Amino acid sequence: MNKPLRYLLQAFNFSMFMALVWYFSLYPAYHQLEEDQAMITFTVSHAGKHIRECVKFSQEELLKLPPNMRKPMDCPRERSPISMELKLDDEVIYSKVAPPHGLYSDQGIDIYQNIRVPAGKHRLTAWLNDDVKVEGPIYKLSQDVTLKPEQHLVIEFKPAISGFDVH
Amino acid sequence: MSFINPVKRFYLALETWFNLSFGNTWNPLYNLGTLTFFFFWVVFVSGLYLFIFFDTSLSGAYASVEYMTHDQWYVAGIMRSLHRYASDAAVITILLHMFREFALDRYRGFRWFSWVTGVPTLWFVITLGITGYWLVWDDLALYIAVQSSQLMDALPLMPASMSRNFLESQINDRFFTLMGFLHLLGQPVILFFALWIHVKRLSDVSIVPPRGLAVGSFIALLALSLIVPAVSHEPADITKTPAVLNLDWFYLNVYPLMDYWTKGQVWILTLGVTGFLMIMPWLPKKKTGQAAVVHLDECNGCEQCAMDCPFDAITVQKRTDGARWANEVVVNEDLCAACGICAGSCHSSNPFRHSQQELVTGIDMPQSPVNDIRNNVESAIAELKGENKIIVFGCDNAIEFSGLKSSNIAVVSFFCVGMIPPTMIEYALKKGADGVFVTGCRTGDCYFRHGNKWFDERYAANRQPILRKRADRARINIFRAAETDCKKLRRELDKFQQSLVDLNQKNIEESSEVGHE
Repeated sequence: MNKPLRYLLQAFNFSMFMALVWYFSLYPAYHQLEEDQAMITFTVSHAGKHIRECVKFSQEELLKLPPNMRKPMDCPRERSPISMELKLDDEVIYSKVAPPHGLYSDQGIDIYQNIRVPAGKHRLTAWLNDDVKVEGPIYKLSQDVTLKPEQHLVIEFKPAISGFDVH
Repeated sequence: MSFINPVKRFYLALETWFNLSFGNTWNPLYNLGTLTFFFFWVVFVSGLYLFIFFDTSLSGAYASVEYMTHDQWYVAGIMRSLHRYASDAAVITILLHMFREFALDRYRGFRWFSWVTGVPTLWFVITLGITGYWLVWDDLALYIAVQSSQLMDALPLMPASMSRNFLESQINDRFFTLMGFLHLLGQPVILFFALWIHVKRLSDVSIVPPRGLAVGSFIALLALSLIVPAVSHEPADITKTPAVLNLDWFYLNVYPLMDYWTKGQVWILTLGVTGFLMIMPWLPKKKTGQAAVVHLDECNGCEQCAMDCPFDAITVQKRTDGARWANEVVVNEDLCAACGICAGSCHSSNPFRHSQQELVTGIDMPQSPVNDIRNNVESAIAELKGENKIIVFGCDNAIEFSGLKSSNIAVVSFFCVGMIPPTMIEYALKKGADGVFVTGCRTGDCYFRHGNKWFDERYAANRQPILRKRADRARINIFRAAETDCKKLRRELDKFQQSLVDLNQKNIEESSEVGHE
C-alpha cells in the first residue's frame, strides 16, 4: 500500500477511535426523569424504641445472677422495627417495615429512597411508628406541595423535631 | 485448514485491517497495553496541570473548573479535555486488551496471573474515573455522589448512611476533600501498584508504545479536545434533579441500572461479572507443557537463556556443582510457559555437536528435546525427493502448517520460532535441504511475546547465538502469518520455491561458466 493511502487510512482509523471516545463519553443521554416528573427522597436515620420498658430486678432474681452482673434494672437491648408509609394523594408510594440492624437488633436504620412522581399539586401524607408497644402511627405528616418538573423534594424524618421535615 | 473459532477469526481480521494502515510495528491492536500506559501518562500530566487551578472545596470546585474550561480554554480547557478523553480512550484499550487475550486464548495456563490481576485493575481505573467526575461538583457529580453512596449503603459494612451526606443540611467540605484526596493521590497510587503487579511475571516489559503510534494518538486526542471540548453540567443543586444527564458510559454505566434494580442486585451483577472474569482462566484450565530442564553438565552459566526468557522464569545463581563456571541457571517451574525459547538461546543447542551421539543441551524442553528435533530434521530431509527440497520450521501457536508437507517439502514443528537454534537452520541446509522456510506468529504478535524478536536478532547476528554469515540467507525465508492466512502462506512458499529454482539455475550457469574458463 502506498504511503499517502496508508496515512489516509491511519487518519480514518484514529478518527473512528476518537468518534467512539467522544460519543460514549456523552451519549446516549440518560433520562433519569420524564419531563413532567419530580423526585422525592424519603429518608430516615433513626433507632426504634426498645421493645419493652426496663424492669427492676427482684431480690431473688438478683441473687441468681453472678455477683459481677448484678444491676438494679433489666433493660432489653433489642429495638423496635420501624414501620413507615408515604402517600402521594391517595397512592402509597413507599411503605416499609425496617427491622433494626445489628447482631442483637440493637442498632438504628438508615433509609434513603428516591421516588419519581408526577410534577404538580399533591397532598403528601406520611407516618412512622418506631415503637412496637404502640399501635398505629406515632409521627405524622400531612402537607400540600406543588412540585415543579425536575424538583427534588426531601422528606426527612427528624427525631429532634419529633416528625418530618420537608425541604 | 484447521477450525478457528469465530471470535478469533473476527479479531484476526480486525488486526489485519489495522496492519494495512499501521503496519505490524504500529498496529494499535499489538500495542494495547503500551497504548493504555500512554493514555495514563496523558491523564497524569494533564491532571497535574489541572490540579494547579482546581479548588478542592465544595463551594469553589465548580467555579474553578468553569474558569479552566472557559477563561483559560487555550491551556487548562484543553488539558481538561485531554484528561477526560484520554481516560475514556484508556477504558477502550483496556477492554480491547481483555478481549484480545480472550479471543486469542492468551488468558489461561501460565498467563492466569496477568489475567486475574488485570480484572481488579480495571475496577481501580473505573473508580478513579468516578471520583474524577465527582470533583467537578456539577449535576452529574451530585448524581454520581448520591448513586455511589446508595451503592455503598447497600453493603452491610457501612456504619452510617453515606447517602445522607448529600442532604441539604449535611453537605460539607470534609467529604468532598476526602474525594479529592482519593482521586488525586490515593487511587492513582493503588492503580500504580496494581499495574506493577499486573506485569510482574513478564520480563522486558515495555510501557511505551511505538513513537509513531503515540504521536498519532496524541494528535487525535488533541484534535478531539479542540473540536469538542469537555464541559460541565449545571452546578450541583440539591433542590433539583435534572431530567437528562450526559453520562460518560465508559465509567458510569452501572448507575442507570440502579434506577431499575435494587442496589443488592447491582452488587450481585458487578461482583458476579468480576468473579466470573477472575475464574475464567480455569474454565477450563489450559495445560501448560512441561517446564524447561537445566542440564548442568552442559551449562556454562552464560545467562543467555535468563536474558531471553519472556516470563522471568529463569534466574541465575552461584554454581552448585563445583564446575569451573561462576554461575548456573535455575528454572522456576511455576513461571515457565514451556515456550522453548531458552533451548533456542542456548549455545549448546548446536546440532553439529556430538553428531554421533545424543545431543544434550544446557537447557532443554523435556517433551521436545533438541536432540529429537535434530533427529526429526535429519529424517525429514532424508525422506524428501525431487528438486528444491524445502524444510519448513513452524511455530505451533501460529498458522497450521502441517498441510504443506509434500514429497519435496518437510515440516518440523517448534513451540515458538524463538526455540529454533540458529545452527539448526545451518544444519538443515548442510544435511541436504535446498531451503529453510521459517513461519511463526505475525510480527508484533508473538504468542510467547519475544520469540519473533529474538529470532530476528539472531538472524541479523545482533543477538547470541547468532546465525552465522556462512548460512546462505538466499536459502532462508521467514514468513509470519496469522492462523487465517493459509492462502498467503501457500503463495509465499510457492514464491520461495521458485526463488530456489532460480538460485539453483543461476548456480549451475555460474559453475558451467567457470568450467568453460
